Amino acid sequence: MNDGKNTSGSATYTPKVIDEIHRAAREGIYSIRGAGAKRAVPNFDDLVFLGASMSRYPLEGYRERCDTNVVIGARYASKPIELDIPITIAGMSFGALGANAKRALGLGASAMGTSTTTGDGGMTQEEREASKTLIYQYLPSRYGMTPNQLRQADAIEVVIGQGAKPGGGGMLLGQKITDRVAEMRTLPAGIDQRSACRHPDWTGPDDLEIKIQELREITNWEKPIYVKVGATRTRYDVMLAVKAGADAVVIDGMQGGTAATQNIFIEDVGIPTLPAVRLAVEALQELDMHRKVQLIVSGGIRTGGDVAKALALGADAVSIGMAALMALNCNAPLFEDDYASLGTRPGECHMCHTGRCPVGITTQDAELEKRLDPEEGARRVQNYLSTLTMECQTLARACGKSHVHNLEPEDMVALTVEAAAMAGVPLAGTDWIPGVNK
Amino acid sequence: MEIIDLNSVAVRELNQLLQMRDGVVSEKKFKVLHPGGRHALSVGLTHPIDVTIEGHTGYYCGGMNQEARITVNGNVGTGVAENMMSGCVRVKGDASQSAGATAHGGLLVIEGDASARCAISLKGGDVVVFGSVGHMAAFMAQAGRLVVLGDVGDDLGDSLYEADIYVRGTVASLGADCEEKEMTSDCCSELESLLVEAEVAADVAKFRRFGSARNLYHFNIDNVGEY
Repeated sequence: MNDGKNTSGSATYTPKVIDEIHRAAREGIYSIRGAGAKRAVPNFDDLVFLGASMSRYPLEGYRERCDTNVVIGARYASKPIELDIPITIAGMSFGALGANAKRALGLGASAMGTSTTTGDGGMTQEEREASKTLIYQYLPSRYGMTPNQLRQADAIEVVIGQGAKPGGGGMLLGQKITDRVAEMRTLPAGIDQRSACRHPDWTGPDDLEIKIQELREITNWEKPIYVKVGATRTRYDVMLAVKAGADAVVIDGMQGGTAATQNIFIEDVGIPTLPAVRLAVEALQELDMHRKVQLIVSGGIRTGGDVAKALALGADAVSIGMAALMALNCNAPLFEDDYASLGTRPGECHMCHTGRCPVGITTQDAELEKRLDPEEGARRVQNYLSTLTMECQTLARACGKSHVHNLEPEDMVALTVEAAAMAGVPLAGTDWIPGVNK
Repeated sequence: MEIIDLNSVAVRELNQLLQMRDGVVSEKKFKVLHPGGRHALSVGLTHPIDVTIEGHTGYYCGGMNQEARITVNGNVGTGVAENMMSGCVRVKGDASQSAGATAHGGLLVIEGDASARCAISLKGGDVVVFGSVGHMAAFMAQAGRLVVLGDVGDDLGDSLYEADIYVRGTVASLGADCEEKEMTSDCCSELESLLVEAEVAADVAKFRRFGSARNLYHFNIDNVGEY
């Protein structure tokens, strides 16, 4: 709207858009950054629980049990994963993260009886030692991938894609390719490393079935095999993963983070976590595989409320990446001059790709890494996971559930029409689920 | 020599036996009969044993091999010797796609032809093909050597890192950032040794060498047309 002062902005060409056009014209290359989607999308905030009432009775908060354990991988694996809480740490590579961050995540997760996950570049001995339960990612690049590491893992996660960049490969810019990272990945130090977006020796679900067979043969059919995909064609991806023989499926919504990729990828590819959970659960139910093939959901999980809502929609567990890093002080108001030198500030930083992380998490710089004490970091991760778990239990008990897995879609309503349609729960105050009934 | 007939033994039993899961290496030579194109045969081996497979195999034969010497008297499917760490896999016939993919070490010899993406993402292993290879050979190969005595298809060495490629026949086209390199005396010696190890006679003077131009190692707008 014109305010009559010839200063009105355009709704199409906002100052932010104009800035980006200027930047593109100046630099001639796409913008690369870390973290996840920043645009507003329907999410778990748009759902609320219906606590106990006349027709439901709650459990006592501090006296009656509300269990949180989960078993993952019993479909085919002879040694399934048993976790105390349904909240795991998502795959993040040594390279993207420094060694102290990996160790802190491992120690913190282990203290809570849950798992951590490797990333591109293979497994470091430090993270194996720090993590009681370690999931080993099997990625298209196969950087650092060895059969010995496969056998040392507690489960294998075949990564087809991730929520931040479904259809895209990894990216690690030269400033993070130190000698150690380069050696682990068999690459020259200091180059801008591009990970492949497709696996080198299989394409499609029929091949994946054979690849999974090979992985099982090599690990004596002991390890659970997860298949991770970015949320896009979720219904079909889940069905095909099940057909290919997965023990568990990991669905990563578009809010999921990354260490580095094109901004356009983060913001314009994939679907939000909210509809992805419903689509995945429906696919499993259609195959009579719900609770037999475990569903792990990631992408924008921040609170115990998010955890409880994902479980209520039918997930068996959730996975957290960015929030776990925030527990380590990512975006904390510390070393503010260093944020400023990167052109950002606490609360808005996504400069993971630069390797100059002000709080010493996403860096390979020895001096910056000293800012993260792994023991203190582990305690914060433990505290955060504990808080999420207690919050989730609080909501489950309020709904009368003695296990968090007993939460169900009927325990929730949506606050917006969009969320009602995406999650498949009624709009609050109505019995209307858009797309299901009129 | 122990003989395993896959008409009566399951693939899982075969691999458990060859992987020496019980920790006992009492027999060092094995012959596998009637492979019938089955997948994942002789995968994940960890001991210096000899395995001969009499017939054709499916995907991933010899996958992730460590130390074992595997010979296939037949053709192999996709991903033979994928991610091999050490040892040797020898194919007397032809190989399908992605032969030797991501191999970190060891030697893969294909006495016939190999299909597309041979030695893709090679990480230090050696692949020697007596015949010809298809397109995208050595795509994103990081280290190790690919030797082709026959011809090579389109886009050889696309997005190559530090692997070396030697070709005796014709090259249909080079991929992004792959260029012909000088065939130095050191290269000739190295190739000669590799050919001896692969048990093939060939005049090293007739080979050309290809490697990375290293122009795509850093993002640069002036190279955008190459991506």
